Amino acid sequence: MFGRRAVFLLGLLACACGREASSNDDERTLSLNGAGATFPFPLYSKWIAEYHRLYPNVRINYQSIGSGGGIRQLVAETVDFGATDAPVGDEGAKSARGPLLHLPTAIGSIAIGYQLDGMPGELRLTPGVLAGIFLGEIRRWNDPELAAENPQLALPDRNITVVFRTDGSGSTAALSEYLSSVSPTWKKQVGSGKSVRWPVGLGAKGNEGVAGLIQGTPGAIGYLELAYAKQTGLSRALLRNRAGKFVAPSPSAALAAAESVEMPEGFRVSLIDAPGAGAYPIASYTYLLVYEAPRDAEKGRALARFLWWALHDGQRYAEQLDYAPLPATVMRQVESELQTQKLLDGV
Amino acid sequence: MASSGRTVGGAASLLRARSKLLARLGSERNWADFLFRRVTWLCALLVVTTLGSIALTMAIASLPAFRELGAGFVFGTVWDPARRIFGALPFVYGTVVSSLLALLLSVPVSLGIAIYLSELAPDWLRNVLGFLVELLAAVPSVVYGLWGIFVLSPWLRDSIQPLLSDWFGFLPAFSGPAHGFGMLAGGVVLAIMITPTIASVGREVLRAVPLSLREAALALGATRWESVRIAVLPLARSGLIGATLLGLGRALGETMAITLVIGNRAEISASLFAPGYTMASVLANEFSEATGELHLAALAEIGLLLFVVTVLLNLLARVLVFRVAAGSARGRP
Repeated sequence: MFGRRAVFLLGLLACACGREASSNDDERTLSLNGAGATFPFPLYSKWIAEYHRLYPNVRINYQSIGSGGGIRQLVAETVDFGATDAPVGDEGAKSARGPLLHLPTAIGSIAIGYQLDGMPGELRLTPGVLAGIFLGEIRRWNDPELAAENPQLALPDRNITVVFRTDGSGSTAALSEYLSSVSPTWKKQVGSGKSVRWPVGLGAKGNEGVAGLIQGTPGAIGYLELAYAKQTGLSRALLRNRAGKFVAPSPSAALAAAESVEMPEGFRVSLIDAPGAGAYPIASYTYLLVYEAPRDAEKGRALARFLWWALHDGQRYAEQLDYAPLPATVMRQVESELQTQKLLDGV
Repeated sequence: MASSGRTVGGAASLLRARSKLLARLGSERNWADFLFRRVTWLCALLVVTTLGSIALTMAIASLPAFRELGAGFVFGTVWDPARRIFGALPFVYGTVVSSLLALLLSVPVSLGIAIYLSELAPDWLRNVLGFLVELLAAVPSVVYGLWGIFVLSPWLRDSIQPLLSDWFGFLPAFSGPAHGFGMLAGGVVLAIMITPTIASVGREVLRAVPLSLREAALALGATRWESVRIAVLPLARSGLIGATLLGLGRALGETMAITLVIGNRAEISASLFAPGYTMASVLANEFSEATGELHLAALAEIGLLLFVVTVLLNLLARVLVFRVAAGSARGRP
């Protein structure tokens, strides 16, 4: 009995010594926890994996539980950083310990996907027609308003089935904000938010659910993140932007949108219906949320170093994953923000 | 043990051994009993405290919604988080209708399976089929949901719903555009999910009916069917209702599978082709991205409501069981 206990104690001692030894090295293992939006999850998990390969002593966990949950956890300080697509309003952050920084990390776009049995050609949608479809005013694919913009397409005589995201999401927020800005009727009847009351259609859960529902339903149209639309091979509609051009969703069109909108201090800005000539109208920055004054200075520095890396080396992974990298001007603004907040030392 | 035909001498030696043991243990035996009783009592208490604290937590979390929305919450038909309007009736309706639809479709089939397995199937087939039915119960619900998206819904849309609307289109339940997704798809998926539960519990219930009753019925000249109807089913009725209740419980609480196929629109429509929404689904869908305190509180209140609806339906079925049991005790089948 005592023998066994002694061995156990020795083991504990050995462990303790081991830890002692490793903390005498340059840096000990540090773990950072984050939670938030699902939208940038593919990009963040790529970053985290790459960063861990470069700096094995920093371990970052990111749970894509939704931006609402991420903000709640950040306010409760159970995580070190949050992530969101829509900037946090003052209500959401009022119970936070201190001011929160929004740091843009990349730009995403929402594609309008549809399923017309592989009809060749590209569908062109004006803002009015898109709003009409989602309001349930345009119910058939051969509607004269739709046909007027698409004389080159053989649009079928078929019902339009609208598909929407049923779980609260940044995608819904972006689309409903866009429709509110282009259609007074939408603004009055539906409004904008992460969950809204859809006038027509079927709800599906998550991007993958929306993609599956659109694919399985001839005559369906819905909105989803560009990456999911591409991976599932959905047809994607061209949208007429504010400059009057029809633009397909792509990282470069999202970048064009970001370049045409001036970034204010504090980074809280919308890219919806951006004025640029090549701008895709439903794009959005995605943000990491951190406390201006981190409770644990060491963790704060590690997080800032990761952000610095993501801002520079990390940006090249964005386009592979169908996000747009930050415009050069915005990158400099984020750099100076990181420096003035004294989150960094000696990077 | 007694049936194995021990000799009287064997029994006597057993008794002697027992009294010796008792003498040796003395009061220790009481201690063991005491401990045993306390531990099992604690286990039972755990159920009560768990239930109580769930209800309490949800009640506290939903206080802001109670205060701001009052009774209008339960009877409101509009759910619009962007405008801070929260009415739960479409979810209650969706939950109750989809579960009842599932029972309607599942109970006859499940009873058939149970009767075949307990009364008619040859031994070897009984074991194989019984095993397969129980295997169905172990399939994760997301698998049923995905099957619903990719197989069931297209099939309903292209084959079943056109037929139904051709034949019964004059009924409001089978009118309107057919998407495949909707209340009907939700009910069918739930029916498939609860069938193994009802069938396997039902089989056990039927097998618990004494063999002598069947033999008596057969000896009186009853056919197989008559013996089942006269001798087996009346006795097993309350147990079969219990099996159905278990199935209903699963249907009420099911989240993942039904979310994938029901269409998720908070609307009350008489048509089974139209999309609906259930209480469990809206919780799963909106909780993580709930905007604002009132939205969260409203979702918590839906959780509480689901609790209440489940308890009410269970009570109702309990009453049904008691009445039926009392009836059959008085000799009315």
